[in-house]
Amino acid sequence: MDDRLKEIALKAKEQILGAESIQDAEALRIEYLGKKGKLTDILKSMKDLAPEERKSFGQLANQTKAQIESALESRMKELKALARDLQLKAQTIDVTEPGTPVSLGTRHLITQTIDEITKIFMSMGFSVSEGPEVETVFNNFDALNAGPNHPARDMTDTFYITDDVLLRTQTSPVQVRTLLAQKPPIAVIAPGRCFRCDTPDATHSPMFHQVEGLVVDEGITMADLKGVLDSFAKQMFGSSTRTNFRPHHFPFTEPSAEMDVSCFKCGGKGCRVCKGSGWIEILGCGLVHPNVLKVGGLDTEKYTGFAFGMGVERIAMLKYELDDIRLLYENDIRFIEQFK
Amino acid sequence: MLVPIRWLKDYTDVNVDADEFVRRMVLSGSNLETVEHFGEGIEGVVIGRIAKIEKHPNADKLLVCLIDVGKAEPVQIVTGAHNIFEGALVPVCLDGSHIPGPLHGQPKVEGGVTIHAGQLRGVDSFGMLCSCSELGFDDKVVPVASREGIWILPDEFEPGQDIVEAMGLKETVVDFEITPNRPDCLSMLGMAREASATFGTPLRYPDTECRKVAPEKSEDYIKISIERPDLCKRYCGRVIKDIKVEQSPWWLQRCLIFSGQRPINNIVDITNFVMLEYGQPLHAFDIRTVRGSHIIVDTAADGEKFTTLDGNERTLTSSMLMIKDEGGPTAVAGVMGGLASEIEDDTSMVLVESANFLGDSVRRTSKALGLRTEASGRFEKGIDPNLAKDACNRFCYLVEQLGAGTVLAGDVDVYPSVEEPVTIDIRASRMNKLMGVEISAEQMCAYLNALEIQTSVNGDIITVTAPTVRQDLLIEEDYVEEISRLYGYDKLPVALPKHTAEAKLTPRQELRSLAKDVLTGLGMDEVQTYSFVSPKASDKVRIPEGDPRRQFVKLINPLGEDTSVMRTMILPNALEVLATNYTRSIPEARIFELGNTFFNTGNGPDGLPEEKDALCLAAYGPAENFYLMKGRAEELLRVLGVKGTEFVTESSDPSFHPGRCARILKDGACIGVLGQVYPEVSEGYGIDCEVYAAELDFAKIAELSDREKKYEPLPKYPAMVRDFALVVKEEVKAGDLEKLIASEAGDLLEGVKLFDVYRGVPVPPLCKSLAFSLTYRAKDRTLKDTEVNAINEKVLAALKDRFDAVLREI
Repeated sequence: MDDRLKEIALKAKEQILGAESIQDAEALRIEYLGKKGKLTDILKSMKDLAPEERKSFGQLANQTKAQIESALESRMKELKALARDLQLKAQTIDVTEPGTPVSLGTRHLITQTIDEITKIFMSMGFSVSEGPEVETVFNNFDALNAGPNHPARDMTDTFYITDDVLLRTQTSPVQVRTLLAQKPPIAVIAPGRCFRCDTPDATHSPMFHQVEGLVVDEGITMADLKGVLDSFAKQMFGSSTRTNFRPHHFPFTEPSAEMDVSCFKCGGKGCRVCKGSGWIEILGCGLVHPNVLKVGGLDTEKYTGFAFGMGVERIAMLKYELDDIRLLYENDIRFIEQFK
Repeated sequence: MLVPIRWLKDYTDVNVDADEFVRRMVLSGSNLETVEHFGEGIEGVVIGRIAKIEKHPNADKLLVCLIDVGKAEPVQIVTGAHNIFEGALVPVCLDGSHIPGPLHGQPKVEGGVTIHAGQLRGVDSFGMLCSCSELGFDDKVVPVASREGIWILPDEFEPGQDIVEAMGLKETVVDFEITPNRPDCLSMLGMAREASATFGTPLRYPDTECRKVAPEKSEDYIKISIERPDLCKRYCGRVIKDIKVEQSPWWLQRCLIFSGQRPINNIVDITNFVMLEYGQPLHAFDIRTVRGSHIIVDTAADGEKFTTLDGNERTLTSSMLMIKDEGGPTAVAGVMGGLASEIEDDTSMVLVESANFLGDSVRRTSKALGLRTEASGRFEKGIDPNLAKDACNRFCYLVEQLGAGTVLAGDVDVYPSVEEPVTIDIRASRMNKLMGVEISAEQMCAYLNALEIQTSVNGDIITVTAPTVRQDLLIEEDYVEEISRLYGYDKLPVALPKHTAEAKLTPRQELRSLAKDVLTGLGMDEVQTYSFVSPKASDKVRIPEGDPRRQFVKLINPLGEDTSVMRTMILPNALEVLATNYTRSIPEARIFELGNTFFNTGNGPDGLPEEKDALCLAAYGPAENFYLMKGRAEELLRVLGVKGTEFVTESSDPSFHPGRCARILKDGACIGVLGQVYPEVSEGYGIDCEVYAAELDFAKIAELSDREKKYEPLPKYPAMVRDFALVVKEEVKAGDLEKLIASEAGDLLEGVKLFDVYRGVPVPPLCKSLAFSLTYRAKDRTLKDTEVNAINEKVLAALKDRFDAVLREI
């Protein structure tokens, strides 16, 4: 009997090792361990044995069963691994084929530029103010200290709706609206559309965008103006950017200045973008003219302020080296998506 | 303002090179346009005198010249120019010489042109005679006498001299942009004053005193009356006799050429020279033409006719200031002289006018006549009346110097109300406070004195008196700029404001940004289009007559019809954009624009139109359909916090397909329309495929937006799902079925979803099968089959009852 058990164990292990598939292995389990299996048969014949033999035989039988089970289990594991490998191999794909397009849309370059400027000024405590595109002549000119004969008022420069209403030529009227609506301390920027009578060409557009800025508080000085705008320039154009303030003239600021930044393409050595000068003119600024502060009913002895304004298209064009402003309003999606 | 540096040196010293000069002038407040270097690239060009001119033996149009170039033998040169004559001094390009060009009738060559000896139609030519523009000068400054060919040089040089050296052709000309507050800088003296203050060099005024005046007095020949002292602040005149009109000497021509003016003849040239020097326009009348020897400054009569120097007859109005004599008008004051009083070749006695006309008056007249001149431009910007006499005398001085005439004694100067300098007090402490620095009152005075501003200090107070040429120095802040710019903006400290307010966006601003995030997230590109459009855009999208969207805010002076009214909707612009992309063979485009629309309702503040935020979505492409666009709109509205919106059938919006359009309602109010663009409309834009679009009232959306969010516990008990398909008539709307299901099922219904629509066998014709999935759930217990079944039965019964919906096996 013992010999038969050993023989079965030997045979079974041999067959199990030779099983080629999960089904073969399953068949062997039934053949040996099933209800009518070879081992089961032998165990059934145990009842014919003498009681003292039965014990040792029983132990041997259990061992044999465990051996077969373990052999089956390990073979099964191997076969399953093999089968999985085969299946995965069959599922192999060409990973170099293109991805299925799941495209995000893109904000317009003008929006992106305004967003970037806005983020920087918000980080410095500026809120965002707004004003209408169709403005009063008063807010656009008179309140900004531009006299009745200021050349910009000409019909050749400014679009009019009536004698008293126009398309704003600058975002500066938002300064007036802010001064009328708010008490100091004031720190706002105002991005928006502006309009001037320019026939569209590579560098002109009858509609364009500006970002205006206004700070009014006690004790604001030229030094504050320089500090804020220098910080803006460094955040906008890179931390190594230098700024240069040149005297200039605007009716609504006194003193007035223009700010140049060191060329962000060549770092100031001189290149095509900065026309060899190493500097790029970015914005106009100055201390708010007392006549403007007076429109807001402020005590000009107590309060001072500074204002600035920059052209969004100009900054975007310089930054991305656009050679034609009309690209911005043509809205070819291939152009828009270049700035994703 | 063109500033030739060598000329500027007549008035102040310039001891630095051109680059440094420009750099420091810019830092002290002069704005740079360009710097141009003349005389570069001229080599081997000498002055020659034409000894002999002969006809070319083989060509009618060519001449063969023998030129004395200071050598033993003359040089033979063939030329095609015919303005030359024997004895004339001309520029001679010898063999191997180099000039900037371009050569006559040829395109400009980078790096210039080298001239070689050669043969022209069989005759040797050992070089070339050249024109003024071939030496690099603009056509508009070529002296009148040399416009038609070779540059005929003033007869004050020797043959053989190098032209660049002898004539001083090397010059750096700086073009400064003069801002409207500084008309005083539109003159060499003004710029010299700036340079003098910048570099601390002394300022030299020109000589104005005639040495050999005639015994006769100007006042014996002319009487001047100002009838409108409100429009003419001053009229100063002086008479010159024995006028000899000829070419100006080279030094004077040179100043004009480098300042962008064409030399004409000595009298005109001196007029222009003094205008450039002082900024004061002058005018010379032939005194024979002054009827009654009386100049009267007065306005014209309405409808009066007058022929200006340019030969045009003009109709005058009573607001136009004229120079008249006893016979009528002789010049438009400050704008242009008359044809009749022009200096002629036989003029022997002139009256030089140095007057000051009110800028506004000159501007109105010049605009009304459509006539802008150098003089009118200068008067418009404002001129100091105190300059008139100096400029008049300077003119006379130069006439005397050039031997162009004999100046009569004295002048006639009518100056009813003398312009006095403005004196104000400024506080040194206030200057420092605004500049953010600490500099002494004495230091401030030094800066101001350098600008010829008089100062006296009394403690903190500085009493300042600006010269009358500086019409821009009126208040304390004006002096902050003067002191800052000479102190140096670059030296001012850098600080940050102490107070930092809390920066925030308004809910509207946040919502706009969120909408852009959602839409770009949904794969749509943002576009920006003009706020102004063509009124015809409304026709293109079939807006009917009388629709409020045709109540345009109109521009008085548009660039053209295409940009003549403010938009009332964005759809036409969006369709233009799609068309642009479509015609460029871009297979699909999904775009949106969020921007203003403008309504002439009269409801806006301050008499302004109403401006409303509008949002337009539009798309074409193979994947596009109604439900995709609707899905985008639904997701957008969900994120923007507009809950409970309803899409209802809209079959009469003229811009949209009558069978594929929905109005979007929120509590009965319309917040937008969405659908397929009416095919003829999209075809009208040149798009031959289906276009889907939505025009949303973003202002209303913003009002309705409620983005408050609160945590809802996740369900603890399982849901039960019941699916069924219903066969209904085509005209039955899925939305109506859903509404009924929701109301019949009651609170235990968590959600209902239409998951399949089927048409075709075995569904009868003109019917469709709609498959719904209903999810039931209770918050506090596990639902029983029986109760759900009961509700479901009730729902089905109601559907059968109301819509004749028949349950179909699935």
